[in-house]
Amino acid sequence: MQKNHRLWHLLAMFGLSVYLVFGAVHPAQAMHIMEGYLPVGWAVFWWVLSLPFFVWGLRSLSRITDEHPELKLLLALAGAFSFVLSALKIPSVTGSCSHPTGTGLGAVLFGPSVMTVLGSLVLVFQAVLLAHGGLTTLGANMFSMAIAGPWVAYGIYRLFANSRRQKFGIFLATALGSLVTYIITSIQLALAFPAASGGFIAAFAKFAGIFALTQIPLSISEGLLTVLVWNWLRSYATDELQTLKLLRPQA
Amino acid sequence: MNHIPEKTPIQSSNSGRQGNWRIVLAVVALAVLPLIFVRGEYGGADGEAEAAITEIQPDYEPWFGGVFEPPSGEIESLLFVSQAAIGAGVIGYVIGLYRGRTERKQADWER
Repeated sequence: MQKNHRLWHLLAMFGLSVYLVFGAVHPAQAMHIMEGYLPVGWAVFWWVLSLPFFVWGLRSLSRITDEHPELKLLLALAGAFSFVLSALKIPSVTGSCSHPTGTGLGAVLFGPSVMTVLGSLVLVFQAVLLAHGGLTTLGANMFSMAIAGPWVAYGIYRLFANSRRQKFGIFLATALGSLVTYIITSIQLALAFPAASGGFIAAFAKFAGIFALTQIPLSISEGLLTVLVWNWLRSYATDELQTLKLLRPQA
Repeated sequence: MNHIPEKTPIQSSNSGRQGNWRIVLAVVALAVLPLIFVRGEYGGADGEAEAAITEIQPDYEPWFGGVFEPPSGEIESLLFVSQAAIGAGVIGYVIGLYRGRTERKQADWER
C-alpha cells in the first residue's frame, strides 16, 4: 500500500516533468465562462438543462439532512472544500492561472446531485461578488462544474468503491472530475462559437488548449488534496463514513 | 528513498495520515514548478478566452455586463481571499471537532 503510494507520486512527478518540457507555453485564462459571453440561445439552453439537476439536488440534500441530521457538519465540509479550492488560482504549466473545482470530494461522499447544489452556491457567490463567471452563463457553468464534474467523479469512484484501491479511486475520480469540468467548458464555448474554418472541432481544439491544458496539473493537485481530506475523514469521521455507506446506493 | 520510522501505536491506528505530508509537498511542487520553469504572464484578467472568442467571431459583443464589478484588483483579491478563508475555517473547524470527538471516545474507551 505504502509502496504503491510512493510509486504513484514518482509517476506523477515524471508525468509533470514530461508535460513541462513538451507543454505549449502561451498565456491563458482557464476559468468559468464570462458574463455575457454566451449568446442568448445557448445561455438559455444550458439554464434549462441544468435546472432539473438543481431541483433534484435540492431534494436529495433535504432527504439527507432529514434522515441523517448528524451529517450536516460533513455537508458543510464538502461545501467548504469546494469554496476553498475554487478560490485558489494556481499557476499552471501553460504560464497562466486557473483554479480547481473541489466538487469531487462531495460527489464521492454524498453523490453527485448534492454537489450540484453546493457547487452552484459557489458559482453564484463568484458570479455576484467576484465578477468571475456570470449570471447569464451560470446555467452553462453549473452544467460543467456542478453537474458534469461531480457525475464523472462519482462514476469513476463507483468503479473503485468496492476494490482495495479505494484511495486511488478517489484520487482518479476527483482529478478527472475537475478536468472534465473544463473540457465541458471548452465544448460549450466551441458549440457557441464554431470556427469559420474547421467548425466545432477547430474551435474545441482552441478552447481546450486554453481551458483543459491549464487544468491538467491543477486536476492532479485537486485529486491529491481530496485524498488528504479523505485521510482525515477516515481517521476521525468513521461514524459518518459508516452512515454514508448505507446512503450511497440510493444516491 | 528515505524510510519513515514506525509510528507509535496510537498514531498507527490513523494509518491514513502517514502519506499526508507528501501530498502537501506534491501539491506545492505542482504550483511552484511551473513558476520556475515556464515563463508566462500568469495573467489576471479573463483575457485569453475572450480573445479567442473575438478571433473566431470578431463582431461578438457581450450582451450582459454583470451585476457587480469589484472596484479594483485589490478588492477582488480581498474577496477571493475571504472566500478561501471562510472555507478553510469551516474545514478546520469540522476536522478539529471530529478529531476531538474521536480522541475523547478513545480516552473513554481506554479508561
